[in-house]
Amino acid sequence: MKTGPLQAAFLVSQRDLRLAFRQPSQLIQPLLFFMIVATLFPLTLTPELSRLRDAAPGVLWVGALLSSLLALEFLFRDDAMDGTLEQFALSGQSLTWMLFAKTCTHWLLTGLPLALAAPIAALALGVSPQAIGAVVASLLLGSFAMSLVGAISAGLTLGARRGGVLLSLLTLPLAVPILVFGSDATQRAMMGGDIAPPMYLLAAIAVLGVTLAPLAAAAAVRIGLE
Amino acid sequence: MSWAWFHRFGSPPWIYGFSRRWAPWFGGLAALGILVALYGGFVLAPADYQQKDAFRIVYVHAPSAMLSLAIYTTMAVAAAVGLIWRIKVAHAAAAACAPVGAWFTVVTLGTGMLWGKPMWGTYWAWDPRLTSELVLLFLYFGYMGLRAAIEDPQKADKASAVLAVVGVVNVPIIRFSVDWWNSLHQPATRLLGKADMDWTMTWPLLLMFLAFTLYFGAVMLVRLRAELLRRERNASWVREVLRG
Repeated sequence: MKTGPLQAAFLVSQRDLRLAFRQPSQLIQPLLFFMIVATLFPLTLTPELSRLRDAAPGVLWVGALLSSLLALEFLFRDDAMDGTLEQFALSGQSLTWMLFAKTCTHWLLTGLPLALAAPIAALALGVSPQAIGAVVASLLLGSFAMSLVGAISAGLTLGARRGGVLLSLLTLPLAVPILVFGSDATQRAMMGGDIAPPMYLLAAIAVLGVTLAPLAAAAAVRIGLE
Repeated sequence: MSWAWFHRFGSPPWIYGFSRRWAPWFGGLAALGILVALYGGFVLAPADYQQKDAFRIVYVHAPSAMLSLAIYTTMAVAAAVGLIWRIKVAHAAAAACAPVGAWFTVVTLGTGMLWGKPMWGTYWAWDPRLTSELVLLFLYFGYMGLRAAIEDPQKADKASAVLAVVGVVNVPIIRFSVDWWNSLHQPATRLLGKADMDWTMTWPLLLMFLAFTLYFGAVMLVRLRAELLRRERNASWVREVLRG
């Protein structure tokens, strides 16, 4: 029986999960990084919770973005080095679907744990407990959108020397809307406002990312493999 | 209708000749236009009733701001054409656009800051238009950085083209998100129809838009010519052109 695109995507995702769980340190590092960034702010700004609270949305979102950038480096690099991506491209399966599966798996391994761990950092920065639900929900959506946007730049930098800094330079401007709406949702939740508008916009960006980013990432990876 | 005339645009020697013939005209007309518009804007136009003479910076600021965005769009269209139809000249044109666009973005930010000091009392405010212009500058830097980081020129062409197209999809979203985030910049001024500005102030501005666009055309054509010479340095037409 011929393997369909969804089945291929599922297999790719299974493989990535298995590989990741054999190297748990790579899973924990972005999370630790996020926690350390969150710790640095009280040390540099002020230990007073009332003043930290104002900075909390920014700290959480910038921390999440930096940590997702750090993790993006591993998205395609290892598979490009050992020729796995080449095999994907030659397999006759849709590269778009396989890269979409890789990106989703990457988010499951980095974005999801980050969003689930964020309440600890948020509470420590003085975010009120009522707002925690909104923080987690917005980070779930936002980190997914970041992974999708990041997949494009990760694909583009495959052929480049000194990929690391360039990867950030390409991703950061593209991630501006996600940061704006994400931190706005957090801020509104902290002030007891309506978080629906920024959440809808975040969701819209994520949907746009789901439709277009895998196509662009596949084009970018193909160019890198040529 | 035959499309043969269109195919000439894909031929490097033809574009080279075209550029050599037209760049001086574009440049000359641009210089003339800028001089006339400067005279109109700085001497003939009356001072603004609120902003006094400081408003005159608009004659440099607004055309640069328009071009900084228009050049990014031009670059993305050229990149998309190069990506879809695999036309080398289109990739070269996109590469020639980027530094010019980045400079116009810098000029926009610079003149805006000079104007902001007397008007807002500060060089920099975190206002949506300033911020999205700054993000646009980062997009240009990213494009040029990616191009510089990939050694193989054909790979660099294609990868940067994908980035330019992704960027152009993102520019309106960035713009919208930043608008939502904060607003302080004055709303856009209407130039034609039921105008907010007097005609003596308007015509130098319109002429300046045209002249700056012509200037971009001239610089782009010269850069494109240099880019083509560099890329096609082993082609026989380059040898013939340089010999004679």
